[in-house]
Amino acid sequence: MKSDFKEILDDLPSYEKVIDKFKESIITNLIMISEIPSPTFAEQERTQFLLNRFTEFNLQNCSEDEKGNALGIIPGKSRDSNILVVAHLDTVFPSSVDHTITVQPDLVIGPGVGDDGLGLAALVTLPMILEKLDIQLESNLILMGSSRSLGHGDIEGLRFFMDNFKRPITAGICVEGVKLGRLSSSSIGMLRGQLTYEVPEEYDWTRFSAVGAIVNMNELINKILEIPLPRKPKTSIILGSIQGGTSYNTLPTKAILKFEIRSESDEMVTELARKIHSLADEMTSLTGAMVEFREIARRAPGGTQFSHPLNTVSRTILDSLGYKPRSSPSTSELSAFIDKQIPAVTIGITDGEHLGELDEAIRIDPIKKGIAQLIALIEAIDKGYCSEN
Amino acid sequence: MKINSWLKDNTYHHSNFQELKELVDAKNKSGLKISLCIPTLNEEKTIGKEVVIFKSELMNRYPLIDEFAIIDSGSKDRTLEVASSFGADTYLASDILPNLKPMRGKGENLWKAIHQLKGDIIVYIDADIKNIHPRFVYGLVGPLIQRPEVKYVKAFYDRPLAFSDSIRPSGGGRVTEILTRPLFSLFFPELTAIIQPLSGEYAVRREVLESIPFPIGYGVETSHLLDVYQMYGMSAFAQTDLDQRVHRNQPTRALGKMSFGILQTFLNRLVQYNMIQDLDELPTIFRQFQVKDEVFESIEFNIPEDERPPMNTVEEYQKKMKG
Repeated sequence: MKSDFKEILDDLPSYEKVIDKFKESIITNLIMISEIPSPTFAEQERTQFLLNRFTEFNLQNCSEDEKGNALGIIPGKSRDSNILVVAHLDTVFPSSVDHTITVQPDLVIGPGVGDDGLGLAALVTLPMILEKLDIQLESNLILMGSSRSLGHGDIEGLRFFMDNFKRPITAGICVEGVKLGRLSSSSIGMLRGQLTYEVPEEYDWTRFSAVGAIVNMNELINKILEIPLPRKPKTSIILGSIQGGTSYNTLPTKAILKFEIRSESDEMVTELARKIHSLADEMTSLTGAMVEFREIARRAPGGTQFSHPLNTVSRTILDSLGYKPRSSPSTSELSAFIDKQIPAVTIGITDGEHLGELDEAIRIDPIKKGIAQLIALIEAIDKGYCSEN
Repeated sequence: MKINSWLKDNTYHHSNFQELKELVDAKNKSGLKISLCIPTLNEEKTIGKEVVIFKSELMNRYPLIDEFAIIDSGSKDRTLEVASSFGADTYLASDILPNLKPMRGKGENLWKAIHQLKGDIIVYIDADIKNIHPRFVYGLVGPLIQRPEVKYVKAFYDRPLAFSDSIRPSGGGRVTEILTRPLFSLFFPELTAIIQPLSGEYAVRREVLESIPFPIGYGVETSHLLDVYQMYGMSAFAQTDLDQRVHRNQPTRALGKMSFGILQTFLNRLVQYNMIQDLDELPTIFRQFQVKDEVFESIEFNIPEDERPPMNTVEEYQKKMKG
């Protein structure tokens, strides 16, 4: 029984050594998970893989819920509190993409290895490592591969679990493959939206300004960029994706713009969304085409203070591992915890590059530090070092 | 028809053996030891993944494999460095039985594995498989563990992306369909039931491996099938569908060389079995053509199909087995 937080920190080097012995298991899980295509809303095969691993290790309550989340519980000694560790099952890559993973001496390369193949691999290898380290928690440790997290999924899987899980959750840890050193404990206000410019079939192409969807969408983009943004609260608009057109010389009839508004202020998010909506309406009236504004996802700002013990402990663990903590707000799974006022952090497991690309890569060597961080954090939460009381 | 009944009884799908705990229990009960050999030559891109997956899943998680070695023909890239960085035992083929005259080829590595490895069953897996998975091993050793009369299990790959319940064709690659299966149909009709006779993945009992010769080049898989068939008949074979294998695709000209090697081995076997007579010693020069500055010219490749004798006739091996 560790009597203070320092003892946990002192154990970190020995944790790293033990975790290193599981290197092959972690990489194998990473490969096998990442080679299963798992676009949002089609995560079933990965769910099954996780459940097989959980069942093999005799976890309790191994189950898939209505939303396709994969769940397993390592029961605690006292069983009256619960720690939820979550990694998302879905990726941004469609099934048609070649999901073959390549392994080099210090790199694993392939679509989704960092986001979030490694998070899931850490999750399914964790029971073996905890057993080897002889760590028995007081709290139940709930391991969860969450479905429908990205894009249109809008964290549906985790939200469903939080809405329907009947027992209290002490704290949450969201595990992302990349990047070790990141710490997110707050969410900024966010609205993810889509503008669809569509020319109706009966459109009169001879009318003045009939230049097609792309040019008009371009004009709309210019107008969005002219919207003044305040310095405080910190606010930004990200234009993330644009699609439109079919060939060199055909006037396009449809263009789609995907964007995200981020701000520390929820009111500012609402105000900017209203402005973009009215720009879309204006374009409709100017061109006679349909410009549709659609809200895809929304997050309210919130989270724990920088000085919250969970954040202080998380930073101290990273310091002890020789990594400088980099705190930044997140718009991912963390929001589901924030909405329920449950303290939570998002952490990374290793270094990586080309995230979101087909040649996404993660480094093997730092993984042991990343997982040591996760275990120390779980222990600290379990012992109560992360509670405000 | 005999072929159809053999197909029915001796053709498996890897999922027949996916309960690994049961398979390991059966293996332990039988007392069998299993060795895995991966022959390599410049495979740095794929070898790391094979090593890490097989070690983790089939040695640590489920101890199906007792021993695992990379036997290399002298790679110029980082194949051995990558393999050993993930904890594989690596050997240069030339360092095994060093007193013998050196030969170079995949068959040489496979043959020397018999001397180097200790298992009662040796599983051979090619190193260039991009979508490697534990099924490549458990699918092949499963029939050997469960059925003592089976001696040689060959892989085949058949996973259609979409199909109705109607009939669809199945088979092997270009060399199989254009060369090997027509030859088998002419001379050894029963062997046509081996769906992919040239696949590089198979598991074999030591008693068989040590008693057959090994061509060191392209003919090794063909000669194995012919020799085992001559010795034991079709009942010694089984085959397992391993779904899909993603690997490098060879250009047609490379397949020409491969076919030339296979044909040499095949014809030599026909002579040995007295199935044809009066065949002069075969040339080893293979010719292909190219056009240079609008002039056609022949290019020649020397492709000898040297053979190693049955391992149980090699003195060092006999001593090792007695010791």
